[in-house]
Amino acid sequence: MIAILILMLSGILVGLALGKYPITLKINDKLLNAAIYLLLLLLGIGVGLNDKIIDNFYNIGLQALIIALGAIAGSVVFCWVIYKTFFHLK
Amino acid sequence: MKGTLIILAFFTAGVLLGISGELPKTLISADWSMYALYLLMFLAGIGIGADRKSWSVIRSINVKIFLVPAGIITGTFIGVTISSLLIPTLSLREVLAVGAGFGYYSLSSVFISELHSEALGVVALLSNIFREISTLLFTPLLVKYFGKLAGIASGGATSMDTTLPVISKFSGRDYAIISVFSGIVLTILVPFMVTFILTFGK
Repeated sequence: MIAILILMLSGILVGLALGKYPITLKINDKLLNAAIYLLLLLLGIGVGLNDKIIDNFYNIGLQALIIALGAIAGSVVFCWVIYKTFFHLK
Repeated sequence: MKGTLIILAFFTAGVLLGISGELPKTLISADWSMYALYLLMFLAGIGIGADRKSWSVIRSINVKIFLVPAGIITGTFIGVTISSLLIPTLSLREVLAVGAGFGYYSLSSVFISELHSEALGVVALLSNIFREISTLLFTPLLVKYFGKLAGIASGGATSMDTTLPVISKFSGRDYAIISVFSGIVLTILVPFMVTFILTFGK
């Protein structure tokens, strides 16, 4: 996994160097979208081939929902305290 | 929203292809998704580096603004820890890894399925899509009751792009900078935190 993080950091450096050409970001966005679509298609294929996931799809969805609600509630409440304490001073 | 639907369409198409079993052997045997992930991370890096706007946003900001992503990280981890009590089949480590996607579903799902398992990758995909969609739907309500940081908090990593318009509309344009900043910080941290949570001390 170190390889991935190094690739990301070298990407940032390349981006910093190429950032002065506005077209970089445009082309990069298109390539990035294509890479994301490809990855999700491949993830989907892996899931489709995996009977354990397919048979448990309802459970997996429910778990995902519970985690999402916890994540949202926790961060909203925490940032509410930060807002009241540090931001809402006027 | 359109982006999310396209992503779901590709994922669903993949699932159907997988179930049908009508796939050439080479597609299944080789580790294509690993190479695609390398490509994605490199491109994601270029995107961050080349985005002059976000670098200037980071430079023009006072220290207080760091409290926002820090609060989102802390709040998310506490929140999903409570969630994990309701999910006996997943370990706390697994639930924390899903939470560490902060709404960045494309990256976190692929990362988790490579590092851990496809099953948890799907949990991450759905959970983080839920986070983005809920933010789009409920930001007006959240801002009304929990202050102007609520949409940014709920959006997590998505507050820099997909959920920015709705946040900017309901929290005001002066909060758009905080929103972009917080989203960038979380987006950069997602791969590091997911890797750390799934591999550290194991």
